[in-house]
Amino acid sequence: MSSGNGDTPLVEVSSLKKYFPIRQGLLQRETGRVHAVDDVTFAVREGETLGLVGESGCGKSTLGRTIVRLLEPTEGSVRFQGRDISKLGTRSLRPLRREMQMVFQDPYASLNPRKRVGSIIGTPLKIHGVAKSERRQRVQELLETVGLSPEHYNRFPHEFSGGQRQRIGVARALALSPKLIVADEPVSALDVSIQSQMLNLLDDLQKELHLTYIFIAHDLGVVRHVSNRIAVMYLGKLVELAAGEELYQRPIMPYTEALLSAVPIPDPDLSHQRERIVLVGDVPSPINPPSGCRFHPRCRYMTDICREVEPPLTNYGNGHLAACHHPLNVDKETLAQVTVSKRHTPAAADEGAKPETPGKQEAHPIPE
Amino acid sequence: MAERLVEVNDLKVQFATEDGIVKAVDGVSFELSRGQVLGIVGESGSGKSVTAMTLLGLTKDKNTRFEGEVLYKGRDVLQMGEGELEEVRGNEMSMIFQDPMSSLNPVYTVGAQIREAIQIHERADKQQAGRRAIDLLKQVGIPNADSRVDNYPHEFSGGMRQRAMIAMALACNPDVLIADEPTTALDVTIQAQIIELIDRLKDEFNSAVILITHDLGVVADVADEIVVMYAGRVVERAQTRALFYDPQHPYTWGLLGSIPRLDRPRQERLHTIKGTPPSLIRAPAGCKFRPRCPHAFDKCMEEPGLENRVEEPGHLDRCWLTVAEKRGLRVRTLAGEEAA
Repeated sequence: MSSGNGDTPLVEVSSLKKYFPIRQGLLQRETGRVHAVDDVTFAVREGETLGLVGESGCGKSTLGRTIVRLLEPTEGSVRFQGRDISKLGTRSLRPLRREMQMVFQDPYASLNPRKRVGSIIGTPLKIHGVAKSERRQRVQELLETVGLSPEHYNRFPHEFSGGQRQRIGVARALALSPKLIVADEPVSALDVSIQSQMLNLLDDLQKELHLTYIFIAHDLGVVRHVSNRIAVMYLGKLVELAAGEELYQRPIMPYTEALLSAVPIPDPDLSHQRERIVLVGDVPSPINPPSGCRFHPRCRYMTDICREVEPPLTNYGNGHLAACHHPLNVDKETLAQVTVSKRHTPAAADEGAKPETPGKQEAHPIPE
Repeated sequence: MAERLVEVNDLKVQFATEDGIVKAVDGVSFELSRGQVLGIVGESGSGKSVTAMTLLGLTKDKNTRFEGEVLYKGRDVLQMGEGELEEVRGNEMSMIFQDPMSSLNPVYTVGAQIREAIQIHERADKQQAGRRAIDLLKQVGIPNADSRVDNYPHEFSGGMRQRAMIAMALACNPDVLIADEPTTALDVTIQAQIIELIDRLKDEFNSAVILITHDLGVVADVADEIVVMYAGRVVERAQTRALFYDPQHPYTWGLLGSIPRLDRPRQERLHTIKGTPPSLIRAPAGCKFRPRCPHAFDKCMEEPGLENRVEEPGHLDRCWLTVAEKRGLRVRTLAGEEAA
């Protein structure tokens, strides 16, 4: 009902939570919960690429999998083309699987070594009732689309290199002509020279087939290259969301700043000159996340308020959202005008959203 | 002049397999002196890891053939017996592996694994070794080392495991530390910490480091000299600044050009090196990079030698193009522009 026009988001995630229970003892009592995704709200517009970055364990993969309903959300909702899919059962989900597909990180583990390429790519078609005669032709077309040869139809995965296997993974995801592809670290297992081939292929496919991507990666160089907008996650929380270039030019959240400064630059002089913010320690446990701002134990701007109050996701204009008590790169006027976004409406996470009037608060709420 | 620790001369390593002879390393030479960091850069299958493992005699097998020499302080590692090798391994040269989870034994505590290394090579009783283990963990930046020493590997995070691996590798004050992709499995934030740690410890322990990686960004900061490998061959070798600012081999250009870079404006399309790395069983005739090289010409059917062609001494490359041609041709590739 809502496809075609750019106004309606393809995916709207609101207050999404995914907790994993920890069970212990004879009775398998629940003794704790891993807060993998904790109250995340954002929207993905049709035809865009949304990059999702963060350190391992920040919940980016869990978020990706919950969106395509490989995992069941604990709370909150995921709307796909306006329809809430967070509570659908297996049967009602099946037609939706045509629309949402995944590309996985490890091209060795995500293909069944005993199946031939034709059968791997053809399985989704078979499940969705495409006749056998048509299937072969469609698979061969798909192989060509991803830059492989139709003669590869009868080969096994082990006969391919890592880059070629990843192409098979992409062909399988494309088989049912989906609208949304969630790519979870699709290039991190590949060599540099193959990685750039893969990124160019994904770019071509997006233009040709009008795909929407959620691109999960930890390499900020790669994410910047592919994304229109980028969301930064830390310990299950969305801490910053902005248009690609904006995020790199003007990071607001200190965590984003630190992440950017840690990316190695292949230029000895530049690399020497620039300031590198070394984050002390590791990511804390998502079982007992720190109070207040979850980043405070590692933040160099930390003050008392950060320990006590969780900073709300705030709109700093142009759809640049960030959750921080001490925002960087924000001038005084903007700071005076900023509003706390309505956290539970995905529209607030959308670029070009008008400055919200209701719920106007100061950027630095003072604790009682 | 710093003491020469390692000298590799025309090393060849070949594995006999069912499909044929795999020429994993094919004529590699380099030297390493005290205080130096040597970067070995290449993609999977370039022979960089096999070179590193051969330095420690870890590739010895009845199906392996060696040629050339690997001299450690003048003694040839390839000629050493197992007993002699055990003396060298861990004690004088040690290695940090890529994947800390599979290189640590899950059923022993981290402390026990570090103590084992100390007790094998030194006359230390259990208590002395235990104290050393705690000191080492402190040195590599593990918080609460006194209690953490009794943890099992699964209780450590990825970054901490890699630190524990480094502590283990340093247990006997080795002269040479070989780090094989030490940061590939880690997050960028942790990556920076580990590289800084390796660099700092090199000075503290007065040792030398061989840093193996596929990521030119990782070595840009710390390496003194860089060797670029392709299909078992060294295709370029230079001081770090020369390699980044005056690269001579088209493969090096391709590597530099295909990285999406944060220090430059975003590009519409990425530069790519077309094709895939060649088979090491049936390598292409002539220059090994010829089938993927956009600048290949007739002469490339014959393989060029690794020679000094530029003004700077010690900058070697394996390409027939003249220096002037190279400096003209590489501009677009280095800017990351898509290959025509």
